[in-house]
Amino acid sequence: VTIRSQGAPWVDSAPLSLDALLREVAGPEMGGVVTFTGVVRNHARGEAIDHLEYEAFAPMAEKEMRKIVDGVHERWPHVRIAMSHRVGRLAIGEAAVMIAAAAPHRAEAFEACRFAIDRLKATVPIWKKEFAKSGSYWVEENP
Amino acid sequence: MRVRVLLFAALREAVGEKTLELEVRGSATLADALAQLERQHPAIASHRGKLLIALNEERAPLSTALHDGDELALLPPVSGGSHGAWVGCPRDHKVG
Repeated sequence: VTIRSQGAPWVDSAPLSLDALLREVAGPEMGGVVTFTGVVRNHARGEAIDHLEYEAFAPMAEKEMRKIVDGVHERWPHVRIAMSHRVGRLAIGEAAVMIAAAAPHRAEAFEACRFAIDRLKATVPIWKKEFAKSGSYWVEENP
Repeated sequence: MRVRVLLFAALREAVGEKTLELEVRGSATLADALAQLERQHPAIASHRGKLLIALNEERAPLSTALHDGDELALLPPVSGGSHGAWVGCPRDHKVG
């Protein structure tokens, strides 16, 4: 799954590139760039996790991510933001989601990046399945 | 008329299909289609109140009228989301 012909993909089954996102938001007027990387961790709910799988409704995920970008521009007109989400099987330590936010001054970049990841996790149709020793399950609730 | 139904994640596994084809009557709404699906697939019925329904990749209220060739997506909750964030989430939809 790769939907975006040039630049950083919105949703991708290949490993994510922070460089690609940084290139999207770079600009001579940008004094601060904040990035967020969501990483697959080795435990959840007191259990050891072996690996994860992410599944997306890719075309709608892209639309919802574009809405987040629009929401950022409404709140912080001078911020540039880009994001990518990985799908498929991910090992511990791999990046599942990356966001880069650039602004003339750092405060807006921090705020916009935080806003974007919170919205993304709440509204973008991408699901996570955890594979633990005791079995595998789709995560449907915010812990 | 005919609509296509997309299933994801836990619901896809429970039903055992990624897509379903559904024949609905001419004046059917999203609620009608969902009721039909719940009758045909117990797994969908058991997810009642937990799903967000997207029509042609956009969230849509259950009262929305369907058209031939429409694409419905039944979306289980996402991991980082609260139900409150699922705009249009049919918590208390009436199935008739």
